[in-house]
Amino acid sequence: MAAGTTGVPVRRPRRGKRVVPYLLSLPGGLWLLVLFILPMGTMALVSTQSGLPPGPFKQTFDFGNYGEVLRAFHTHLLRSLQYAGIVTILALLICYPMAYWIALYGGKRKNGILLLILLPFFVSFVIRTIQWQFILADQGIILGPLKRIGLLSQNYHVLSTSVAVIGGMTYNFIPFTALPLYVALERIDPRLIEAAGDLYSSKVQAFLRVVLPLSIPGIFAAFLLTFIPAVGDYVNAAILGGPGNYMIGNIIQTLFITNGDYPRAAALGFILMALLLVGAALYAKVLGTEEITV
Amino acid sequence: MSMQLPRASVTMTTEEVAREAPPKPLTPKRKRGWGRLVLPTYTALVILYLMFPIFVMIVFGFNKSTGRVNSKWLGFTLQWYRELFTIPALTDAIKNSLIVATISTVIATILGTMVGLALGRYRFRGRQVSSFVLFLNIAAPEVVLGAALLALFVTLRSHLGLPTIIASHVMFNIAYVAVVVRARVTGFDRSMEDAAQDLFADPWTTFRKVTFPLIFPAVLSGALLAFALSIDDFVITQFVAGPSTTFPLWVFGAARIGIPPQVNVLGTLIFMGGVLFAIANAVNARRKERAALRSS
Repeated sequence: MAAGTTGVPVRRPRRGKRVVPYLLSLPGGLWLLVLFILPMGTMALVSTQSGLPPGPFKQTFDFGNYGEVLRAFHTHLLRSLQYAGIVTILALLICYPMAYWIALYGGKRKNGILLLILLPFFVSFVIRTIQWQFILADQGIILGPLKRIGLLSQNYHVLSTSVAVIGGMTYNFIPFTALPLYVALERIDPRLIEAAGDLYSSKVQAFLRVVLPLSIPGIFAAFLLTFIPAVGDYVNAAILGGPGNYMIGNIIQTLFITNGDYPRAAALGFILMALLLVGAALYAKVLGTEEITV
Repeated sequence: MSMQLPRASVTMTTEEVAREAPPKPLTPKRKRGWGRLVLPTYTALVILYLMFPIFVMIVFGFNKSTGRVNSKWLGFTLQWYRELFTIPALTDAIKNSLIVATISTVIATILGTMVGLALGRYRFRGRQVSSFVLFLNIAAPEVVLGAALLALFVTLRSHLGLPTIIASHVMFNIAYVAVVVRARVTGFDRSMEDAAQDLFADPWTTFRKVTFPLIFPAVLSGALLAFALSIDDFVITQFVAGPSTTFPLWVFGAARIGIPPQVNVLGTLIFMGGVLFAIANAVNARRKERAALRSS
């Protein structure tokens, strides 16, 4: 909402007042310039350097690194997109009925139920993921007893499989999916559903023809808010998966921090950024940049 | 709200929930069947699933294990609560996390509030671009932000450590604080400030006595969000930490060999802190509601 829509006549700013917004945003803007925009530029430069670790690397403006990393790591890139896609769809399927119920039937307890869903996420991301590692361990609290009574063979395992990684990611990303869905469904006027009923539509028809179409912006927001961070995630794959489940984030992390191979790591980072920028631009186009806070 | 990722979504609920109109109950006939039985049961099951790892974490913080958490229940003990700070490396990591979170929250809250005020209050050239930069900052995946920051620090040959961690945390927190403050500022009535100025208050007095009290709730929730994001951040921190360790980094490192029960205890305490905060919030909201009812 623009500041001018409040009905209060907008005062013509005095001359001195015109610099106020610039002065206000100057320190924060500089901080972001130096530590957000400049790093992106630097990453672009570093990605066109040549040389092998441990360096030194020479600035050659050669884009060969991009082809090289795509050839070497396209499986990881595709796996990241695939995992993130599955995670997003699973999370949408899990969250939609729940968000629907809370938004339309929650009544006075809406905020309480919502809080109950968010509470587990007060605990650190890393600790939560480690708890799943503990729960799903080969001789852990679930597989251990099942193996002892002979229901599962001794070498059955869940950790180091894609099931564990996708399961852990789905768990961790549920708030990203649930909140935008809830916000969209909450906005629907229940009288519209009643009206559909009065016009002799069945409940299924009312849902398909009224609720679902009205919640599409929420589904779209939930999709991108889950998918974008999920593609870049490497913590779940590192803790719950094995090398066979490594995602593009694991590769960037290893190349950058462990191997010190800055040019190739930067090239991969830039490819990921470009991919997700398309998604983000789409999001901004459809919902507007202000919507991210709503 | 210590989530590493739901950064964008967290900002939405608090603001959104507060702004929504009171719930409109459906007519009773619609409440039968799905609304009565299937969906509530389903929601309860999802909540159980979400709570399950937390429950396991709390229980195994009381386990009489030897040193590392293991999956056998060996009896109840409060030993790990008593020996919470007996692992020096873990204690140092916690101290670092608190230092980083406190300093970065203070700086980001001040700078972010200023940016939020500018964007919500004034129309100026570059406003759209600034909004888009904030949006990009929030939307960019953490691994990209971390990689870009490390690329910069490597190029500048900066010494990696707590200062680089703090600078990076301020970077990602400015956008969150700004967005929360902007949401509060846009659309609120300016007449109070005009009245103050008509009564010859200078701009600084107007800000101190009128504007700031009005935006204070947003500044506070922005600061809480920043603190939670900073203390929980893993990905960006891992890239820019160098030899320093924070709490999430230490826990991640310990995961390979099995985490000590103290981590469960700390997780439990953080969770309980969250629960208490939520209860206090709910009680406060109810009290306000009652007061509003009485005065109307």
